[in-house]
Amino acid sequence: MGNRLSGPLADVSGEAGYREHPPRVGFFTDTSVCIGCKACEVACKEWNGVPDTHGDVLSLTGMSYDNTEELGANAWRHVAFIEQAKPVQAAPADGAGDGAAEATRWLMASDVCKHCTHAACLDVCPTGALVRTEFGSVVVQSDVCNGCAYCVSACPFGVIDRREDDGRAWKCTMCYDRLRGGLEPACAKACPTDSIQFGPLDELRAAAAARLAELHDAGEKGARLYGHDPEDGIGGAGAFFLLLDEPETYGLPPDPVVTTADLPSMWQWAGVAAAVLVAGVGAAFAGRSPAGLPWRRG
Amino acid sequence: MAARVTEERQVPEASFGSYYGRPILKVTRWKEPHLPAYLFLGELSGGAAALGAAATATGRPVLARAGRLVAAAAAFAGAGFLTAELGRPERFVNMLRVAKPTSPMSVGSWTLAAHSGLVTAAAASSLTGVLPGLGTAAGAASAVTGPVLAAYPGVLLANTAVPAWHSAYRELPLLFTGGAMTAAAAAGLLAAAATGADPGPAARLAIAGAVTEGVAEVSMERWLGEAGEPYREGSAGQLLRAARVLTVAGGVCALAARRSRGAGVLGAALLAGGGLAAKFAVLRAGVASAKDPRYVIAQQRSASGTAGAAPART
Repeated sequence: MGNRLSGPLADVSGEAGYREHPPRVGFFTDTSVCIGCKACEVACKEWNGVPDTHGDVLSLTGMSYDNTEELGANAWRHVAFIEQAKPVQAAPADGAGDGAAEATRWLMASDVCKHCTHAACLDVCPTGALVRTEFGSVVVQSDVCNGCAYCVSACPFGVIDRREDDGRAWKCTMCYDRLRGGLEPACAKACPTDSIQFGPLDELRAAAAARLAELHDAGEKGARLYGHDPEDGIGGAGAFFLLLDEPETYGLPPDPVVTTADLPSMWQWAGVAAAVLVAGVGAAFAGRSPAGLPWRRG
Repeated sequence: MAARVTEERQVPEASFGSYYGRPILKVTRWKEPHLPAYLFLGELSGGAAALGAAATATGRPVLARAGRLVAAAAAFAGAGFLTAELGRPERFVNMLRVAKPTSPMSVGSWTLAAHSGLVTAAAASSLTGVLPGLGTAAGAASAVTGPVLAAYPGVLLANTAVPAWHSAYRELPLLFTGGAMTAAAAAGLLAAAATGADPGPAARLAIAGAVTEGVAEVSMERWLGEAGEPYREGSAGQLLRAARVLTVAGGVCALAARRSRGAGVLGAALLAGGGLAAKFAVLRAGVASAKDPRYVIAQQRSASGTAGAAPART
C-alpha cells in the first residue's frame, strides 16, 4: 500500500486504513444553476453552529452581493458573486439583429472545502487532528487540534483557517454527523435549485459529465468542470464544480498541486543542507589551534 | 512541482483574472516575532550543538562548554516561542501524539524533543561535572539531531502552498543551516572573547556559514524567477539585503577576532543580527506571496503550460 503522496487513488478511505467503509461521497456544485440565495451558507451555519463570520458586525464589502468574502474558520460555504459586462447570446425577440448584445452576466458559485484526495491539510497536521473519514471526507477533530496553523498555510485553496478567539482550525466537515445519521449535508439539503448535489462521487462525476455536455451543446462554451479529475494535482476533489469561467475568476487556484507531492525531494535537499552544516563545522575545527592570541599576550 | 524560470518567458505575459483581487490562499497565521525567533533559535541550538561536539572532540574546552550551554538555552527558548504561537498552547504535547512522516512539523517536534533532551544532558554534565562520559556521548549525539533541527524548518516552510516558500524548497534548508553556522559562530566568538580562548574555529565557522547563506540566496535569486520576487521586493527584500550586509560584516570582524577582542564581540553581534534579519525576511516574503493571487496563478499556469485565456477544460 505504502504512503502515496500524489496521483489518482481509487480508495481513499481504504488507503487511510478503513477495511470496510461506505462509498466515497462528495459534492458536485453546478454553478450554472446557482441563484445566489445563500441558503447553503445559512443552513451550514445553523446546523454546525458556526459563529458569525465578522463577529457581530454587519459589513458590506461592495463585492456585488458577497458579504461573506471567503471561506474560513467561520464560513464553510461561501457564495461568490461576479458581475461581468460581456457579450452574451440574447434570444432575438423580433427576429432582428444577430442576437449578440452587451449585457451583464452574473456568475454565482457556492464554494466549499474540496475534501481533496491528497489533502495537504491532513498530510501536514502534526497532531493527527485532521483525519480522513470512512466517507472519504476530511475532518478536523476539535478535541485534538492544538492550533499550530500548519494546515492554514498548506491548503492550496485557502479554505481552512484558525478561529483566533478559539485557537483551533475549523472547516467544512461535510456534515459528518449528518452522514453518520444517513442524511445529506445541510447545504445540499437546503439548496433550492440542486446547484449543490450530494452523493457517491462516481455518480456525481457521471452526472457532471452529462451536464457539461448539455451546456456545451446549448452553446455555453465557457463551461468547464473543476476538481473532478483524479489525474489533477490533488488527485481529484471530493467536492468539485461546474464553472462558467476561469477558476481564478471565482477565486479558485487554476491548477493546484498538493504541496506534499514534492516532499521526498524536499527532505533530500534538507539532507544536503544538514550535511553542509556538519561539513562546515568539521572544516572549522580541522585546523590546529595556535599557541596564543596577540591581544591576550598584550 | 515549482516552475523554475531559466530562460526568457516562452508565453506572452498573460493577464490574470481574480476574485476582486483577493488572495487565493490564506495568509499564514505564523507571526512575528514568534516564527522568525523560533527559526533563529532552532538553528542556533542545532549549530551550537554541533560546535560543542566538535570542540569536545578536538579538545577545546571553552568552545565545548559554550556550545553545550547555548544549544540547551536556545532549544528551550525556541520551544517557548513555538508553544506561544499555538492557538492552544496547553495542547503542545499533542505534537507528540503521533509520528507522521508527511508532516515536517511532526518530524520537527520529535527532533526538537530528542535534541532538547540530549543538549540538556550535555549542558548539565558540563555545568555540574557529573557523568562527563555521558555528557560527551549526549553532546556527540546532539551533533546528529542538531543539523536535522537546523535544516528541517526549510522543509516545514516549503511544504506549504505559499509560493515563495514552496518554490524555494531547495534553498531554504541551506539558508537555515548556513544560519546555524553563523549563529553558532557568534556564540563561539563571544565565548572566546570572554575567556581568551582561540576564536579561530568560530571565525572559520562564520565564514563557512556566510558562504553557505550566500549560496542559498544567490540560488534563490538566480533560479526562482517570478516566485523569487517577494524575496527581492518590499520589506522582505530590504531585510534580506540588510541580513547580507550584516553577515558579511560579521564575517570580516570574525576574521579579526584573533587580533582584537572587540572585533570578536562586534562580529558576534553582526552575525546574530544578520541571521535574525534573514528569518524575518523569509516570513515576510511568504506572507507577500500568499497575499497576491498573481503568484499563485502565475506559478500554476506556467507549471501546467496554460496561459491566462486557457481553452475550456472538460
